[in-house]
This record gives sequence, C-alpha cells and structure tokens, in this order.
Amino acid sequence: MKTDLIINKKTYTVEVQKDTPLLWVIRDIVGLTGTKFGCGVSQCGACSILLNGKLVKSCSTLVSEVAGKQIFTIEGTSENLEFLRQAWNAGNVPQCGYCQSGQLIAATSLLDKIEKPTDEDIDAVMSANICRCGTYSRIRKAIHKAVALKNKTL
Amino acid sequence: MSKIQQINRRDFVKLFGLASGGIILGCNTTTVEKKFKPTISKDYFEPNLFIQIEKNGNITLIASRSEMGQGIRTSLASAIADELEADWDYISVKQAIGHEKYGNQNTDGSRSVRTKLEPMRKMGATAKLMLITAAAQKWNVAESVCKAENHHIINTQTNEKIFYGDLVENASQLEIPDEKTVQLKKVGDFKYIGKTLKSVDLKDFTHGTATYGIDVRIPNMKFAAVARCPVTFGTVKSFQKNNAEKVAGVENIIQIDRLKPPTGKFFGMLGGVAVIANNTWAAFQGKLALDIKWNKGENETFNSEEFKKTLTDRVHQVGKLVPGSHGNVNSAFKKAQQTIEATYHVPFLAHAPMEVPNATAWYQKDKIEVWAPVQDPQTARSELAHFFQIPVENITVNVTFLGGGFGRKSKSDFVVEAVAISKEIKAPVQVVWTREDDIQHSFYHATSTQYLKGGLDKNSKVTGWLQRVGFPSIVSSFKPLSDYASGFELGQGFTKNPYELQNFRLENVKAEANLRIGWLRSVVHIHSGFGINSFVDELAFAAKKDAVQFHLELIGKDRIIKGKSNYPYNSKRLKAVLNQTAKMANWGKKLPQNHGLGVAIHYSFYSYVATIVEVSVKNKNVKVENVWTTIDCGLALNKDNIKNQLEGATLFGMSLAMYGKISTENGAVEQHNFFDYQMTRIKDAPNIEIHIMDKMEEPPTGVGEPGVPVIAPAICNAIFNATGKRVRSLPLVDQGFA
Ligand code: FES
Ligand code: FES
Repeated sequence: MKTDLIINKKTYTVEVQKDTPLLWVIRDIVGLTGTKFGCGVSQCGACSILLNGKLVKSCSTLVSEVAGKQIFTIEGTSENLEFLRQAWNAGNVPQCGYCQSGQLIAATSLLDKIEKPTDEDIDAVMSANICRCGTYSRIRKAIHKAVALKNKTL
Repeated sequence: MSKIQQINRRDFVKLFGLASGGIILGCNTTTVEKKFKPTISKDYFEPNLFIQIEKNGNITLIASRSEMGQGIRTSLASAIADELEADWDYISVKQAIGHEKYGNQNTDGSRSVRTKLEPMRKMGATAKLMLITAAAQKWNVAESVCKAENHHIINTQTNEKIFYGDLVENASQLEIPDEKTVQLKKVGDFKYIGKTLKSVDLKDFTHGTATYGIDVRIPNMKFAAVARCPVTFGTVKSFQKNNAEKVAGVENIIQIDRLKPPTGKFFGMLGGVAVIANNTWAAFQGKLALDIKWNKGENETFNSEEFKKTLTDRVHQVGKLVPGSHGNVNSAFKKAQQTIEATYHVPFLAHAPMEVPNATAWYQKDKIEVWAPVQDPQTARSELAHFFQIPVENITVNVTFLGGGFGRKSKSDFVVEAVAISKEIKAPVQVVWTREDDIQHSFYHATSTQYLKGGLDKNSKVTGWLQRVGFPSIVSSFKPLSDYASGFELGQGFTKNPYELQNFRLENVKAEANLRIGWLRSVVHIHSGFGINSFVDELAFAAKKDAVQFHLELIGKDRIIKGKSNYPYNSKRLKAVLNQTAKMANWGKKLPQNHGLGVAIHYSFYSYVATIVEVSVKNKNVKVENVWTTIDCGLALNKDNIKNQLEGATLFGMSLAMYGKISTENGAVEQHNFFDYQMTRIKDAPNIEIHIMDKMEEPPTGVGEPGVPVIAPAICNAIFNATGKRVRSLPLVDQGFA
C-alpha cells in the first residue's frame, strides 16, 4: 500500500505491505536508523517511539495503524527530550549507546505525562526498556536531573 | 607545504577519507610494549595509531580498538590529549579499519588500556615536543623557555603564546624526535588521566546518529535472514521455498553451506538457508515461511539437564591432576577437625548484546568490503581471505560502533555469512540475526560443575582444599575433541587461587562440547569466582567465623607472586580492596529483618575486586538492595568511565545470577527471546557504590570484566545470610527465588 507517514513533523510517502511493523519502515524504507531493533516482540523497548504522543513499541505497531498520526523518533526534538539529553550528557549515561534511543524516548513520554516522576514512576515506565550494558542507575539519576534542569530554567 | 606533509596527507586521505591537512604522527604498536618508534618514511607512511592536528586546531585521533560500550575511544584519546596539553574540546575520534598495521586490534581480555596507554601517551608527548620546537624556532629562543598549555605554546619569558593550529605548518616540517628525548608527565601533573571525562560519542548516542553495524546503509543493498539448523552443526537435507517466495519483498532464497574452520583458528559459519529481501522484515518473514528438513547430526542427543548430571557424577570421582597442585590434601582431610563438601553449577549462557549480530558485505570479483560491529576486525579479515580465497589486502573491514559485544562479536561467523550471501547474489547485503537467532546460535559461555572439599583444623583454619571442575572448553571451537578445560582456562581463577593454602589440589574432569563454546565477559572467572567465593562462605560459616575476616585470614600474609606477566599478584592489594569494601558497606551493621549481606572477592585481568551485596528476601522474592564494590585497577585512566563499567558489570552479574540459563533439549536451545532469557531491568537495579583505589603509580589493569565474577556469589552468600538457604546451582529463578 502507499501511505504517508508523518515522522518528526515531516511527511514521507512510502510504498509498503500494510502488515509491516513500523520499525522496519522507519529504518529500512524511510532510512532513519536511530530507532533500534532489539527483540522484535515488545520485550526490550529499543524500538520505542511516540505515536500521537503515546509511547509505543514500533516493532509491534503495524504501519497500517499509523496513517495520519504524528510519529516522534530520537531524530526529533522536544522540550523534554532536550532536557533529558542535557541530563544524559551531564551524567555520562550511555555505554554502548544502543539502547539509549529507546530509553530517551521512553523517558520523554514519562516527563510528558508526569512533571516530577518518583522512582516508582520511573520503574513503571522504564522497566520496559532493557539496557544490557546496565546503565540503569545513571538513567534514573538523569531523569531526576532533567526535571531539575527544567525547573531551573522555568 | 613540505613534501613529507603532502605525502602524509595523501596517505591519510587515502586511508581515512579526511580531507584536511595537518601534522600527523604514527607509532608502531606491534612492538610498543617496549619500544616506541614513530616513523614517517619518505615514500610511505606506515602508522599504527594517529594524531592529526589541523590548522584550525582540531585534533583527530584514530581509535584502533572497537567501541562496545567500554569507553575506549574516550579513554585512549584522553591519554594523548593529556600529554599533548590539548584542549579536550578540539579532540575528535575516528575508528580505524581492520589492519595489522595497527598492532593487535582484538578488543577482549580487558587489555586495551593496559597495552595501549603508554604508547598513546608517548604519541601525545612527541607531538607536544614538536610543537614546542616549532614555536621555539619561530621566536628564536631555546626550547627550554617554551611550555605547552591548553592548546598553546607559551614563551615563559615574554608570556607570548601561539595556538597549536598556527604551529602546524612549521611543526610538520620537523623530524620526529628520538624517543629518548620524549618525556612523559608526572602523575601529579595529569589533566585528563585519572580524572572524569565525558564520552566523545555522547552527542551521537543521544541523537540516534551513532552508526552501529545494523545501521549501515549502502546503495542498492539487500537484507538477508538465515535459517540455521536448531541443532549445532546440523545441515540442510531439503527445503521448500514456495511459501517464502510468496512473502512480499522476498527476492531470492539460497542455500549456504557450512564453512568449517581449519583446526586452530577462525570461526567459519553454520550455514543454512538464506532469504534475501528488500527489507529486514520481509527477510525475517520469508525465513519463517521456509519449510526445511534438517540432518541434525550427532549433537541431536544433547540434553543439558542430563549433561549437568553427567558432570556432577564426574566431579564426584577422581579427575586429572592439574599442575600447580601442592601439598597433600588427603592427609590434611584425615587430620581435619571437620571437612566440608559442596557442589556448584553454572548453566550455559548467551551474551545477548542489545545489537544482534549483523554484518553488511559487498563481494565484488576480486575484492571484499565489509561493515560490521566486530571486536576483532583483523581475524575477520584473515578469515575472509581464507574462505573466499581473496588476497587479504583486497579486503576492507570497516568497524562500526558495537551495540554491546561481551565476547559475542569477537567471533566473526556473521561476517562470513554476509560475504557468502553477497558472493552468491552479486549485490551488497546486510545479514541481520533475529534475537531468536542470537540466543539459539551463539558461541555459548560454557556450563560448569565443580566440587569442593575443605578441611578445617581445631582452630578453624583451612588445612586442605580440593577442587574438581568440569566445563566444555573454548578450545573445542577451534579443535574438535578438546574434551577437557585447557590450561589457559583453568588459569582464570582456578590455578591462580588467591589464598594461602598449604594443601591444594585441583582436578579437571572430562566435559565434551555439543554447542559452540566461546568466551563471555569475564569468561572462566564466572565459574571460579562463583565456586570459590561460595565455598569460602560455607567454610566461614562452618568455622563460625565472620566471612570478611575469614577471607582476610585465607589470603594470608603479604606476599607478591610473580608470574609470567609484568603484573605480579600482590595479596596486600586484595586485602586492601576487601577492607575498603567492608568499610563502605558498614559490614557487621545491624540489618533490617529479611535482609542479608554477602561478600565476594576476585582477582582477574590483573585487577583486584571486592564486593558486598545487601539483599532483602521476602517470600523467596529476592531484591538486591545495595552493592558496594572496590576495584584496584592500578592507574585509573577515566574514573567515571570505570565506575560506569563496574555498575554495568553489577547488572551483568545480576542477570546471570537471577535468570541466566541456556538449556537444550534434543540438541536444540530451548530459550528464544528476552521473555525466556531474561535480563535485569531498572526496577531490579540496586544502589551501587563504587570505589576506585588510588594507585596512580601502578600500571593500569583490566576494568571491563573484573567486576562481573563477584556478583553472583555475593548475592548467593547474602541470600544465605538472610534466609539460611544456600544456592549452589544458578540461576536463582530455578531455585524458586525471583
Ligand atoms: S525491538 Fe521492539 S521492543 Fe524490542
Ligand atoms: S548502553 Fe548498551 S545497551 Fe544500554
């Protein structure tokens, strides 16, 4: 099928099978490779994106479900994502970096929903994302730090 | 511009595609451990590692080791920048291709900093010296009145200063100074070494712009997935491709046969049926739609549960005596007040790096180009030359970022697959493994069983120590019928027991391999660390002694044991990390109900580590609450990076302790994906406190791996402390804990 995808506010017209998971359309057809493949079955969060602001796993979202919806990936920018990036830098969070696209997107969605998440809030959302390198304590600290950075500038 | 510089520049451009000129230095790292010889020959520049300083002051460094999350690009860059007195903001790092001119590029064994620090520092110092000479000539003063500071050379008499970029033209016309005139900085003068530096790759990591193997895109490339026999080394009997061909996007389906490595080297590939498509998903779907009949071969009878029983039987009978045993354990046991026995087991494990194995290859008539996340690009290159009969100089291996490696990506079977497919279809192709492929066709960390027996005298001193161990050897992946653990493997914590034992006997029992065996982060130390630390805890309990005190007594008096390496074992350093950790954990404190503390120490990759874990256990629900770790890794190059590595090692150790198990039935691996091969998640992550001993005068030792072996035994010892239940067989989920 021919469909229009709106990714980070830009429209891409693609010709794909309608049951293709969005992940592979973004990566292989549109060519934005920041969104990662980790498991393909909703287990690791590496492929996290925002769909109309909602956190979803793009490996388990069919391209036919997203027409006309706003897709937000790690290549995009938003106020909360920028604070998170700053905090990620300050805390030297990544090791191999591979999971961090998904971690940042999941954290963005967390801050979009909850202004000042508690550790429990963080666990609830971020436990969907695996980091095999084990950067979890830094991720937790960086999310708190992003909130602090944001409050400082407001 | 001088002739030399033009030549250098051209070669630099040729090799790395850098367009700007500047001063470039290289050094020969194959011999660097002892000698440093920067050479720029007249007609050919044959460097191993580079600094390139451009006229705008930018400095580019070539990283010869693979980056897989251990921070090596940043660490080595910081060593050069420090000696060079460079401003960190001007530094960028480029990844080297796989080529023997870079010296050994095999990124494993926690040795990159250990072997490369000094040559890197010397390169920085040499460049600095040349910049000083250039400035001195400009000012017409003696070099001794000039000093380097923050990207400038300063005239100490007049306080004039010149920016590095402005010295490039003059410096590049100078001869490279003799090594003897190059002086390294004193520890107290370090600006970056031993401090905390941010990763040079942070921006790419947080914007999704770092290119991992799986992100490589070249014009007209295809995507492929390979169906491999569920049983190791099984082959294709026949296959039906009708349904697979119907999958939209599938373009081609071919059989690729196993490439068997010659004895002693390389990894070959498993072979199977490859589905080639115009996107990854179509290739995956096509693969699922194949109907394949397999010749499963002799590994079909392999059941890991049965094998566990077999190994358990074997370690309860006399095995082969391992050299290094001493004294007489039998008479020690006879005289002992009490003897303690225990048997421990660790299952097979898979690495499961977040980025699955993958490679992009383009085979063209007489040359091959590859883009891949490999830990060992040179072996990949020679392996390709061997299997495809193409001269090694016509093979280019481009090293991408690695989305984790942990040992998996030092085996280049996935690269061989990509080249084999590209050769058949005459087009560039990217092979991507599914997570299921990764978990079911790995080079597994071996399973092990070990039996320990200890004798305690009436003063509760250990008088005898017998240890029998069996695990399939890594050597089996290179040499068939290697049915006993090898000497180098036993050297990882078994023969080099850190305790002062009068009567010590180590035996090795038979353990054949029915899966491909490989190394995984900290390798055999996982077994030795688990067995030894669990057993010492059992002995301490039997002796009614405090576990930390008991370890300290067992380590014994201060002694230095020189081995073949330049890194002698120093018992004092091991005791020091243990004392430090006990202090951090407030060992002996009163604990809340259901809480327990456990301790473990381990010496590996020449580093000393002690860890204490605090767990809470409610209804067999284990939560790791706190982890305190101290490491003595000699000179600490990048402190925050070392902490990050040890935090990561904690989580890696927790994953294997809690969930890590690969099992087989009828030769096939039973796990599939992260739902049945689980990882620790953020909700499981404890508070972690890391202390790095201040040993800046000692040479640097391993960091990436030594933090792993202590975690599982410390957790199990803590569970015992909390509940009185001893876990001797991993993982914890199998023992009803979760
Ligand atoms: S790839 Fe989508 S959750 Fe793992
Ligand atoms: S940083 Fe490597 S998987 Fe998270």
